[in-house]
Amino acid sequence: MSGEIENKGAPAEGEELATDRVMLNMGPIHPATHGTLRIIVELDGETIVSCDNQMGYLHRCFEKQCENATWTQVLPYTDRLNYVSPLMNNVGYVLAVEKLLDIDVPERAKYIRIIISELSRIIDHLVCVGTNLVDLGALTNFWYFWKPREEVYDLIEELTGTRMTTAYTRIGGLKDDLPEGWVEKAQKVVNESIPAALRDVDALITKNRIFLERTVGVGALTIEEAMEYGFTGPCLRACGVPYDLRKDQPYLGYETFDFDIPVGENGDTYDRYRVRMEEMWQSLRILTQAFERLPGGPVNVNDPRVTLPPKDAVYGNIEALMNHFKIVMEGIQVPLGEVYHATEAANGELGFYIVSRGGGKPYKIKVRPPCFAIYSAFPELVRGHMIADAIAILGSINIIAGELDR
Amino acid sequence: MTDKSPVIARITEQFGASVYETHSFRGDDTALVLRESVIDVLAFLKQDPDMDFAFLMDLTAVDYLGREPRFEVVYHLYSFSKNLRVRVKTGVPEADPVVATASTVWKGANWFEREIFDMYGIRFEGHPDLRRILLYEEFEGHPLRKDYPIDLRQPTVSTREFPDPEKQVRRTIDEWRDRK
Repeated sequence: MSGEIENKGAPAEGEELATDRVMLNMGPIHPATHGTLRIIVELDGETIVSCDNQMGYLHRCFEKQCENATWTQVLPYTDRLNYVSPLMNNVGYVLAVEKLLDIDVPERAKYIRIIISELSRIIDHLVCVGTNLVDLGALTNFWYFWKPREEVYDLIEELTGTRMTTAYTRIGGLKDDLPEGWVEKAQKVVNESIPAALRDVDALITKNRIFLERTVGVGALTIEEAMEYGFTGPCLRACGVPYDLRKDQPYLGYETFDFDIPVGENGDTYDRYRVRMEEMWQSLRILTQAFERLPGGPVNVNDPRVTLPPKDAVYGNIEALMNHFKIVMEGIQVPLGEVYHATEAANGELGFYIVSRGGGKPYKIKVRPPCFAIYSAFPELVRGHMIADAIAILGSINIIAGELDR
Repeated sequence: MTDKSPVIARITEQFGASVYETHSFRGDDTALVLRESVIDVLAFLKQDPDMDFAFLMDLTAVDYLGREPRFEVVYHLYSFSKNLRVRVKTGVPEADPVVATASTVWKGANWFEREIFDMYGIRFEGHPDLRRILLYEEFEGHPLRKDYPIDLRQPTVSTREFPDPEKQVRRTIDEWRDRK
């Protein structure tokens, strides 16, 4: 390690053993960082004294790209923000643009958006909890979680054509309606595969002594500190704040669904695990209700400003052809103004701050990624803990480099 | 300006002279505040029991090239107990791109301000650790400024010579300490 430690011999009785502080570099490529993150920690023995987080390895200047694309062309960029639950970013982005356009999408589109959001929330939590457990040495659970996750990915693939880069939503609705028989397949996954995996892992982990000793009291934050740092989502709810945008500022009609907001008490790694596990059960409740009540009708708003005309009209009359051409080539014309719209993504508040100065391209799109605020508290979270605890904490706050670095 | 929202009414009542414009567009309440008093307004919004804006949700800047003041720093606040949101904006001229730091009000402002410094070159006075966050030290310019061309190539950065990986880590930590 340091190389400069000189041998001072055994300490005299009552004297403390002299120690040097050691710098340790983790990452940018490290199996436990789940993304290209670099953390430099200063250790006193095995205890972390301070740490510096360096990031930007996945930076691609999302905002600059957006400023040079039409409003619709921004959608594929949003897939790459939180690539573990891309559908949720799609939904968050189009809701912000629709707020600026002041349009309301049909009921069926809202329900499908809720369904894809909640499925995304579940797979995001599955990855977060699963990899967190791998870091703590519990590999089995990861595979228990991977099976339903793959089944959800099969559903997403059937729905959008791809697994990860979905770009499924559109301003004013969706790319397509649900494929035939999709609801039945999804219901099977929601009613059987996911609950079975959750029950298995719950039985293995929740009262597991090793897990408890590794996580209880590790990386705890008080409510006040969590709010100071702008914590949202499961990490804030683990501290005991029942803040969830689906209840507090409902969008897409979440207020008509019956579900609860789980909260923790201590805000530690264990509570974050418990909150995420319970949230998946609540998402299953929402999904069950959404499938039952899924209304019929169109999935795109009937508004020539934003929706492409039907194909037969494009080939049949000049007005529709021109409209199609203008929407594709010049982009959807969004009025002057600025809005901030936030949705409850898997990690917390995913906000889009959009500025339009007219025309087909955004003037500014700022994403407020939930894990950016949470990660800024990382030095606070790990101080005084051991290096192994830092790994447990890092997994539990669910850093997604795609949305952290943008 | 009729039917002001409670937040806007409270801000204008408290800081009448410093608030030079307010509007509520699509349900988003916005107050434009003079640069000198923006931290006072933010601190007031956080501490006032009727407002209780405990969360600084987002902090960003916008470059309105060709307009004076050129930049705008935009704060999005959220009050959990009152379930309110407000947007506070302040103009920043290009000649003197400095704003007082909000990290004294919310700890979470630290990284958001570093990102603005990185992307727009706006400095935050009193910030504990103002350095680039997403880009590397050798990067030239500030890419989110509107006059930064999207296809501009950065000069090649030569390899940093570190014979010993351990020294590299030590140097990074030392530099970081010096900056603090």
